[in-house]
Amino acid sequence: MKKDTAIKVSDVSMRFNLSQGKVDNLKEYVIKFITGKLMFNEFWALRDINFEIKKGERLGVLGLNGSGKSTLLKVVSGVLKPTTGTVETRGTLAPLLELGAGFAGDYTGRENVYLYGSVLGYEKEFLDEKFDEIVDFSGIGEFIDVPIKNYSSGMKSRLGFAIATAVEPDILILDEVLSVGDKKFRQKSERKILSMFDKGVTVLFVSHSLEQVLRICDKAIILDGGHIVAKGDVQKVAKIYKNMTE
Amino acid sequence: MIKSLKNFKKYKYLLYELVKKNIKLKYRRSYLGILWTLIEPLLTMLVLSLVFGVFFAKGDKQYPVYILTGRLLYSFFSTGTKGALKSVSSNASMIKKVYVPKYMYVLSSIISNFIIFLISLLVLVAVAAVLQVKPTIYLIEAIVPLIILFIITSGAGLLLATLEVFFRDMDYIWGVVTMLIMYASAIFYQTERLFKTGHGWVFNINPIYMCIANFRNTVLYGRGLDIKYTVCSLAFGLVITAIGVFVFYKKQDKFILYL
Repeated sequence: MKKDTAIKVSDVSMRFNLSQGKVDNLKEYVIKFITGKLMFNEFWALRDINFEIKKGERLGVLGLNGSGKSTLLKVVSGVLKPTTGTVETRGTLAPLLELGAGFAGDYTGRENVYLYGSVLGYEKEFLDEKFDEIVDFSGIGEFIDVPIKNYSSGMKSRLGFAIATAVEPDILILDEVLSVGDKKFRQKSERKILSMFDKGVTVLFVSHSLEQVLRICDKAIILDGGHIVAKGDVQKVAKIYKNMTE
Repeated sequence: MIKSLKNFKKYKYLLYELVKKNIKLKYRRSYLGILWTLIEPLLTMLVLSLVFGVFFAKGDKQYPVYILTGRLLYSFFSTGTKGALKSVSSNASMIKKVYVPKYMYVLSSIISNFIIFLISLLVLVAVAAVLQVKPTIYLIEAIVPLIILFIITSGAGLLLATLEVFFRDMDYIWGVVTMLIMYASAIFYQTERLFKTGHGWVFNINPIYMCIANFRNTVLYGRGLDIKYTVCSLAFGLVITAIGVFVFYKKQDKFILYL
């Protein structure tokens, strides 16, 4: 991988087996195995995906529902292992997806800052140092010592956002998280993300909203049925996408 | 190998946090909290001593210590494996969304149970003191069966967690198997009679019993480890851990498709 490359996706394909009726107990498995009915419908969510993002580039991934966008994000962030192909990344990765997925409901906000932080791979010293900043940014205030199951969903995602962005990442993976919380917090979080842009962070942004992609990204690809159908400059790709969706 | 060590180092703090979470949440909202690790085995010991003391241990004053040693070790094995079995499937929501080395969930579950077990050994110390069990130099060796039991539990835990992802039946099957192991581990009865009537093989194939017997040797009877039991249980532990690690490692990328 070249020095100025942040993400390199080579020949990635992802296959799912859609079993006819989910087999998750032994009896069914044995019966189906013996009767030879253990057949799977293969489904390729991604097919031969190749792209490279250079440091500081912001790539938008466009596509309709079911085109493989979320699968691609999961593959890049390491949650899913591709059936074939490889993904290489350079630097710290901050996936801003499903904020607060690692929260424990019976834990207080304070405890969750440390738990979720450790899930994201932070060190304790780092969290100690950033703790006040995180609480301050989330605007949770005195509720930080209340069990998180009593939080509103907005509070949860605000805290999740604050923890996930406490680190200065090299690569930012964004879903449509820009729409977190109320208007005031949305502006605040957008400012934070924009300030990361200024520092030259690499971005992988997934959306089906052309507007957002045009605002944020400089390059784009279009996914359709698991294939890349177009890639290049965001303006050029946007035109193709417009034609596709109309 | 080096890569996985590096990865472990990176997520060391996560392991610590997960262990802490398991222990903290286990006793949260109960008034006596962590004290239950002490009260619970004590109460079970009292019940078992009352029920079985009358039938089995003719006038043996130290019978409660006999029960307690067996029951503490067995319950670590049982809660440890059961916790590990569920550790992957119960963290499904997290596994689906954030990348974390998945064995961390299994390992943290076993370590937290082991810590709770070590705390509960305080009960044993107290009861042994009250019943005037004299400590001997062999007490130091008591750590050996505990380490072996930890290895067995980890290996079995990894294997069970993998199986549970693909077959949710494991939960129920393992519940029955652990019950079988409990009755075959001489927790509340003496083994001499069974050895005499030719049923001793049950103990010779049961690594959990071997750990319990060795633990009793050092703590209760003031003698050294039984070499045969030590070697056999350690060998079993290493084999099951090798199998567990291998199966877990081979299948872990598929977990997410079945959760």
